[in-house]
Amino acid sequence: MCLECGCGDPEIVPVDVHEKILAGNDRAAAHNREHFTSRGILALNLMGSPGSGKTAILEATAPKLRGSFALGAVSGDLATDHDAERLRAAGIPALSITTGSACHLDAAMVHHALHDFPRNKLDIFVIENVGNLVCPAVYDLGQHANVVALSVTEGEDKPLKYPVMFLKADLVLLTKTDLLPHLTGMRIERFEEALARVMPAPKMIPVSTHSGEGLDEWIAWLRERLALRAEHGLHNARQPHAARSASGH
Amino acid sequence: MHEYSIVEALISRVAEEAEARGAAGVSRLYVKIGALSGVEPDLLASAYELFSERTICAGAELRIERVEERWACSGCGRAVERGAALVCPECARPARLVQGDEIVLERIEMEVP
Ligand SMILES: Nc1nc2c(ncn2[C@@H]2O[C@H](COP(=O)(O)OP(=O)(O)O)[C@@H](O)[C@H]2O)c(=O)[nH]1
Ligand SMILES: [Mg+2]
Ligand SMILES: [Zn+2]
Ligand SMILES: [Zn+2]
Repeated sequence: MCLECGCGDPEIVPVDVHEKILAGNDRAAAHNREHFTSRGILALNLMGSPGSGKTAILEATAPKLRGSFALGAVSGDLATDHDAERLRAAGIPALSITTGSACHLDAAMVHHALHDFPRNKLDIFVIENVGNLVCPAVYDLGQHANVVALSVTEGEDKPLKYPVMFLKADLVLLTKTDLLPHLTGMRIERFEEALARVMPAPKMIPVSTHSGEGLDEWIAWLRERLALRAEHGLHNARQPHAARSASGH
Repeated sequence: MHEYSIVEALISRVAEEAEARGAAGVSRLYVKIGALSGVEPDLLASAYELFSERTICAGAELRIERVEERWACSGCGRAVERGAALVCPECARPARLVQGDEIVLERIEMEVP
């Protein structure tokens, strides 16, 4: 109420919030992470452009892990069940998360999928995100690590154009290296240079599901991550440090 | 365009706060958006215009403060410029982001009767 004349005008009251706008998603992500961590499951968020080879990598990974580690996956798909079908055909228990028009997965979608997921005992759970180099990087899903698939045909400038995606990557898989001989003047070092400008402590493995190049190194990276879970528990995916102070409320 | 889902989260947070305080309306929102947050301030502003209609935020101004990216050495703390590799020129340790990834609701100005 207006104090001077009591006319009943509303008073403008400033309310300090200092909270991440996506705090709700972060809470759901923390719940997912707890689900994975308490079961000793290494959860990965696999991101990249449409067609960068995300599903192909998982198909190639399955036979290499068979007999030692159990792999499961969910696949974010705008409209179809196609990727999950491919994964099941490769022997990976898999569900699709149909996102409709959403250009990314969020933690609640992954949470629902976890409830529907066949209760196999898993060692690695891969969340194949919607093909997109922008939006998926914004949403924490509860993963322990972010893996970005970038194909050689996309061009070495992509890390510079989409810095947020690569800033959050724990590992970049440079895919389709079998195509390099067809790309005049393209060298792997150019991807490495671009990556070093946006990704602190850059880690990149060149791979090809056609020639098999780099797959053993990728499997070694997975084994290393899995070994960590016995020693010190599972680590969180690379999360930027700056906004941390704003999340404490 | 995930800016729509950001606006959705923003408005529901504001509505919750307004209800808790018995506010009759909301007049202004202050948010901080970092240059490396993955959110485009212009897209956020237009998504807000569209989505705030018929919500408690209808007519309320959205003030967006843009936050520049800043990097520093994770070891010695010295500032690191983006442009070259993200490593410290002194001690060669990787840089870390000091600011620039904010997607934060700072303050709400509400009308309390
Ligand atoms: N030459 C070549 N093609 C590949 C490779 N990996 C995937 N592809 C092809 O790239 C296309 C997209 O692959 P897909 O796994 O569906 O990509 P996603 O959309 O990221 O899941 C398919 O036609 C694949 O056959 C590779 O290592 N080399
Ligand atoms: Mg796919
Ligand atoms: Zn989006
Ligand atoms: Zn230093």
